Amino acid sequence: MADAVSHAQDARAVLEGPDINRALIRISHEILERTKGAEDIVLLGIPTRGVHLAHRLAGHIGRFEGRPVPVGSLDITMYRDDLRLRPARALGRTELPADGIDGKVVVLVDDVLFSGRTVRSALDALNDLGRPQAVQLAALVDRGHRELPIRADYVGKNLPTSKSEIVKVYLEENDGRDAVLLLKGETR
Amino acid sequence: MKRHLISAADLSRDDALLILDTADELAKISDRSIKKLPTLRGRTVVNLFFEDSTRTRISFEAAAKRLSADVINFSAKGSSVSKGESLKDTALTLEAMGADAVVIRHSASGAPHRLAGWVRGSVVNAGDGTHEHPTQALLDAFTMRRRLGPLDGRKVTIVGDVLHSRVARSNVLLLSTLGAEVTLVAPPTLLPVNVGSWPCEVSYDLDAMLPKSDVVMMLRVQRERMNAAFFPTEREYSRRYGLDRDRVARMHDDAIVMHPGPMNRGMEIAAEVADSPRSTIVEQVANGVTTRMAVLYLLLGGADLGGEIRQ
Repeated sequence: MADAVSHAQDARAVLEGPDINRALIRISHEILERTKGAEDIVLLGIPTRGVHLAHRLAGHIGRFEGRPVPVGSLDITMYRDDLRLRPARALGRTELPADGIDGKVVVLVDDVLFSGRTVRSALDALNDLGRPQAVQLAALVDRGHRELPIRADYVGKNLPTSKSEIVKVYLEENDGRDAVLLLKGETR
Repeated sequence: MKRHLISAADLSRDDALLILDTADELAKISDRSIKKLPTLRGRTVVNLFFEDSTRTRISFEAAAKRLSADVINFSAKGSSVSKGESLKDTALTLEAMGADAVVIRHSASGAPHRLAGWVRGSVVNAGDGTHEHPTQALLDAFTMRRRLGPLDGRKVTIVGDVLHSRVARSNVLLLSTLGAEVTLVAPPTLLPVNVGSWPCEVSYDLDAMLPKSDVVMMLRVQRERMNAAFFPTEREYSRRYGLDRDRVARMHDDAIVMHPGPMNRGMEIAAEVADSPRSTIVEQVANGVTTRMAVLYLLLGGADLGGEIRQ
């Protein structure tokens, strides 16, 4: 969430560092359970913070199973449906594991699941990159307000919000600390 | 970034780096089985070519198509231009057809600038007379960066017919924006009068420059624009300013040889040099598509605010 709001007065921490860590460990176990040992999985993070989360999940799963899990990133900028609403954006990185995604179970990883439009774009992008056996979705926070028929397979925390509120995710790799904050939006 | 790309001087350092970084990401598309992105679906790009061109026109067409834009190719031959239609009337026709971008090549310096005042879409200069060719400079900078890393402090020597070269002018402007040190090497008759005001050095001695250069860019001797005797004979030009095997041997090991094409093999560049592993001439063509995709995306991919490209 690249919102310009920094530390507004009404910021409430929903998850702190240890909570995020526990949630990711739980999701790792759930992925292992659902995919029966995560034999063919590829974790693809959506830039920016989804990529860090994907690497953390891959680290956990790798440790539990004792073998490395392929992980990469999937930039969806060129597939967005709101490109014309804002000036042209800089592109993120797309990096696929060497073996590609054909026939694999791809787990998309994002920080916040909101309207579902990012995930739709990601599905389109995947379509141009190969043909996975299945696609699943992991999100650290599900804040509701879906605008498309999309749901997450793995959720760190379900967070009921109002549409005017802003969910901000901070991650060590990017922001120097781990936290999920809920900010009150502008009151009208 | 401005809404048109007419001169390499229109680009700030941040703009130029944004284009090159975007091109870096887009370069991966050419390794995929599906080399197409949906980004410019429903947008129209007109290629308006009043002067002959092979690689630039094909390159822009490929770039626009890979971004899913609709492409209309217009060449002066066989159009109403041969019946005497003016540039302005041609522009108004395009405007009525709803072109989102017009890529223009024209033999008159300044034609893209005039055109930009007549159409609502973005104008991209694909070479105007002896003035500028900014996308060529961008693809050259992109090629250098891929081979050599960041351009700050890199020494680039541009050799040959600078007077008639829009490539040289755009490259000097862009490369100095990116922090490279550019030296022009040419016979005095083939340097523009005001070259002293360009952000670069000038030398008449190619052999002295070779060992210091990271990049040697050869320019085509543009016979079609030469209406006077600029040098005594082609043989003499080739002896003093042509890049042959002996001269290449004096360059340092990582230095690269560039040429914007089309080449006069045996004149400004020896055939064996053009085909050597140092030569980036074929890479430059491939990088041209990628770089032009980046330019079209950044000009057309966002909202039509007629203003800044935000990071």
